Amino acid sequence: MMKFDKDKLIIGAAGPVLALVSSFVLTMLVLLATGLDPIEPIRLMIDNAGFSDIQVLIVNQTGIYYLAALAVAIGFRMNLFNIGVDGQYRLAAMVSALVGASIELPGPLHILVIVLTAMLTGAFWAGIAGILKTTRGVSEVVSTIMLNAIATSLVAWLILPKNFGVQPEGSNNLTTGEIAESGWFPGIDMGEGNGVIYGFTFVALALGVVYWFVLNRTRFGFDLRATGASESAAQASGVDAKRMILTSMLLSGALAGLSGMPTLLGETHTYSLDFPVGVGFTAITIALLGRNHPVGIFFAALLFAFLEKTSSSLDVAGYPKEITKIMQGIIVIAVVVSYELVRRYGLRRQQQKVGEELAAGGALKTDKEVAA
Amino acid sequence: MSQRHDNFAPPCPSAPTPSGQGECAINASSPPAVELHGITKRFPGVVANKDIAITVRKGTVHALIGENGAGKSTLMKILYGMQKPDEGTIAIDGEQVTFSSPGDAIARGIGMVHQHFMLADNLTVLENVVLGGEKLYGIGAKARRKIQEISDAYGLGVRPDALVEDLGVADRQRVEILKVLYRGARILILDEPTAVLVPQEVDALFDNLRELKSEGLTVIFISHKLGEVLKVADDITVIRRGTTVGTADPKTATTKQLAELMVGTELPSPETRESTVTDVPMLQVTGLTLTEAGAAAAAPLTTAAPPDPSGAVALQEIGAGRKLLDDISLTIHKGEILGIAGVEGNGQTELIEALMGMNSPDAGVITLDGKDISTTPVRKRREGGIGYIPEDRHRHGLLLEAPLWENRILGHVTEAPNSRRGVLDPKAARKDTERIVREYDVRTPGIDVTAASLSGGNQQKLIVGREMSHAPKFLIAAHPTRGVDVGAQAQIWDAIRDARREGLAVLLISADLDELIGLSDTLKVMYRGRFVADADPATITPEQLGSAMTGAATGRLEGTDAPSAEHPEDGDAR
Repeated sequence: MMKFDKDKLIIGAAGPVLALVSSFVLTMLVLLATGLDPIEPIRLMIDNAGFSDIQVLIVNQTGIYYLAALAVAIGFRMNLFNIGVDGQYRLAAMVSALVGASIELPGPLHILVIVLTAMLTGAFWAGIAGILKTTRGVSEVVSTIMLNAIATSLVAWLILPKNFGVQPEGSNNLTTGEIAESGWFPGIDMGEGNGVIYGFTFVALALGVVYWFVLNRTRFGFDLRATGASESAAQASGVDAKRMILTSMLLSGALAGLSGMPTLLGETHTYSLDFPVGVGFTAITIALLGRNHPVGIFFAALLFAFLEKTSSSLDVAGYPKEITKIMQGIIVIAVVVSYELVRRYGLRRQQQKVGEELAAGGALKTDKEVAA
Repeated sequence: MSQRHDNFAPPCPSAPTPSGQGECAINASSPPAVELHGITKRFPGVVANKDIAITVRKGTVHALIGENGAGKSTLMKILYGMQKPDEGTIAIDGEQVTFSSPGDAIARGIGMVHQHFMLADNLTVLENVVLGGEKLYGIGAKARRKIQEISDAYGLGVRPDALVEDLGVADRQRVEILKVLYRGARILILDEPTAVLVPQEVDALFDNLRELKSEGLTVIFISHKLGEVLKVADDITVIRRGTTVGTADPKTATTKQLAELMVGTELPSPETRESTVTDVPMLQVTGLTLTEAGAAAAAPLTTAAPPDPSGAVALQEIGAGRKLLDDISLTIHKGEILGIAGVEGNGQTELIEALMGMNSPDAGVITLDGKDISTTPVRKRREGGIGYIPEDRHRHGLLLEAPLWENRILGHVTEAPNSRRGVLDPKAARKDTERIVREYDVRTPGIDVTAASLSGGNQQKLIVGREMSHAPKFLIAAHPTRGVDVGAQAQIWDAIRDARREGLAVLLISADLDELIGLSDTLKVMYRGRFVADADPATITPEQLGSAMTGAATGRLEGTDAPSAEHPEDGDAR
C-alpha cells in the first residue's frame, strides 16, 4: 500500500513542479527576448527576501491570499467557479469597515462584530449567484463576474461623502472613517522598522485546518466533494444538489469576506479608495496551483506573496517589476495544462498497475474459482 | 458437458500450432473473408483476448457469441483497427493486414455499426451519410443517387431527406448500415444490433442481413441472444473468457448447447429454488404518475403570465405531455423479487428514480414498510432501508476518481460504520471496505486505488457489497449483472438470493430475460409507462415475455404448460 501512497505523492507534486518550472523558464525567455538579463532580477528578488521588513510583508500577504484562495478552493471542490471572490472581498471589507467605524464595543466583541459583518456580506453577495444558479440555472461564472462589476460601482457609490464616506482633511482619498482601537486585531511587533505581523494571519492558518477537517472528515465535506466529483452520483447518494450549491457558495463568500480582515483589522482600520484590489483574482491562481489542498494553497500563497513583495524594488534596478505578473499569468496556464496531463497519466498508470498486480496475484484466485 | 455434442466442431487448440489453422477452417474454397489467428490482447483489469482464432466465410452471416465481458467487443475493435493486438494475425480475403486505425480497416472494406449510434440528430439522412465521406460521391445529387441505389439494392428503405431526429431506432440503425455500405464496406460488423430493437424490428433487420448476404457481403454479428443467433447465422463462434472455445452449426445446435458452451461446464443459473415470499408487504406503490419533463419546466413559466392566451394553451399542452409513468401500482412483499420486463425507455428509469426520490411524481403514494415515503428525500429513503444498484453505475453508483473506500461511503455517509455524529470515520470505513472486497471477491490490489481502475464486474461487486452491507429492507436492482463476467454474475445472483431469504424485497429490472425469469417470484411487463401484463416466471417463456414487451400481448400471460398458475410466488415447481 505504501507504494501507492508514494506514487500518489510524486504524482501530486509533479503537477505544480511542472507548472512552476515551465513558467519560470518561459519568464526567462520573455526577459531574454526583451534584451534583459534573465538571471539578475531573480537574484535581486532573492536578495530582497533577506530583509526582515520584506519578510513581514510576505507573511502578511500570504495570510490574505490564503483566505481568499480557500474561498476559491471550496468552490472548486464542488465544481463551482466563484470568480466573484474579489467583489465579495471588497464589498465585505467596505461594509464591515463602515459597521466597525460606526459602533463602539469592548475589544473582542467589536472585532467579532466586524468579522461577522464581513462574513455575512461576502456570503450574501456570493449567495445571489448561488440563488440565481439554483433557481434559474444561471452559470455562477457569469453571475459572479457581473456581481464583481456591480460591487465595484456599489462600493464607489457608498463611499461618496454624501453617503457614508469620509474625506480626511488635506487628502483626496475617501475612507469609511477610522475604526476605534477596540476593533483592532492585535499583531506581533517584529521590532523597529520591521513592521507588524497581522494577528489575523494566524486565524487564516487556523481556518486552513478547519477547511481540511470539514472537507475530509465530515459528512458535509464528503457530500460536497462527492457533488464536485459527480453530481449525478451524489444526487443518487442522497445529496440535495441545489442546497449543496447554495451552501458552498455561501461558505465561499463568507471566506472571501474574511480575506479583507487581515488588512482592515491589522493595518488600515478603514476602507479607503486605495484598499488593495485584485486579491480575489490572484487567489484563483493560488487555489489552482495549490490543488485546492490547504497545504498546497499555503505554499502557493507564500510563493505569490514572495513574488509580489520582493519585486516591488526591481524598478529601481532597471527591471520591470511586471515580470512577476507575466510569471503569474504563465503559471495559470501552465497549471491547467500540467495538471490535466498529470491527472491523465496518473489515472492510466494506476489502471495499468492494478492490471499488473491482478495478473501477478490473480492466478491463485482464478484457480480457486475454477475449483469452486 | 462431459462428452461433446456431435454438431460441435472441436474447439481450436489453445496453443497455436502450425496445423491448428486447418482444423478451424470450415470447408473454405475461396479465401475466407476474415481470418483471425492467435489474437491476444492484454488489458489492465479487464478480460483480455487470448489466442483467438476465427474464420469467417465470404457471403455468410457469422455470429460471434459470448457472455457480457467475454471479450467480443475488444476483438471487434481489433478487427476494426481501434485496438492493436499484442499478438496474432489478421487476414482479409486471404491477405495479411495490420490496422493502425479504423481508417485502415475501412480501406480494406470493413465497416462497423456500433451499438450506440453515431448520428447527428439535426442533420438529414443524406447529410449524415456523406459526413466524413464527402470525397466519395460528393454531397449533392450523385451522393443522393448512390444512397438510393444502396437502399434499394438491400431493401433498406432509407429516405435520404428525412431528419435523423424524426427516425425511430430501427430506422437509425438502417442509416448506420447504409453509412457503412456507402463507404464501400464488404464486411460488416454489427455490435449487438438487436439490443435496442423490439422483436418485430429484429426480424426486419434479419431480412436486411439476408439481403446483404445474398449480394455477397459478409456480416459479423455480435450477440449474446442465442435464439436470434440461431435464426440468422450461418456459422457461430463462441467466445468464453477471452478465447474461442468452439464453433457450432446453427442448423443443429440448440440454445442450451450454445449457452453451455458460452459459460463453460457449469452453467450458472439465475433460478431461485425455493420460494421465500411472505405475505407482509414491504413496498407498496399506488397510482404513481409522472408526465414528461416539459410539465415541470412549464410550471414556473406560467407564473410569469404570458400575455398571449395561445401561449398559455401551449404551456398547458406541454403540461399534459407524454406520461412517463402512468398510474403505476405494485406491491412487493418481504422475501419477494418482483421482476419488471420491458424494452428500455418504457419508464423503468423513471420508476426507479421515483422510488429513490430522485424525481417528483405528479401523483401517487409510495409506502415502505408501512411508512409513507412519497415526499421523503433520497437520503432519508436510503437511511430508511432502500438499497440501490443503479442501472448506470458510472453515473449513479460510483465516484470514479475516488478511492474504493470513499466509494464505500457514497450513499451511506450518514450510516455506521462510515460516520458518527456528522464526522467521518475513515478507519472504520476502510476496514469495512476491506471486508466487502474480501466477501464479495472484488479483484483489486487494495482499497486505495480509484474505482475507475477496476473492471466493470468488480465495480459492480463493490456496489452490490456496499448496498448489502446496510441490511436493506428493499433493494432496487437495475441490470445488476450488465457488463459483468460470468463468475461475478453468479456471485451477484447469490448475494441477491441470500438477502431475499432473509426477507429482502427486491425490484429487479433487467434486459436479460433469462435473468428476469430465473430470479423473479413475480413478473410484470412495462410498456409506455404502464404495466401491461403480469406473468408467472415458473411457466412463462422468454418469447412470450418478449411479445408482451412490444405491447402485443396484455393482461395475464399464461404459460403453455401451466394454464392456471394462481400463485406466482409458488416457485417450487422449478
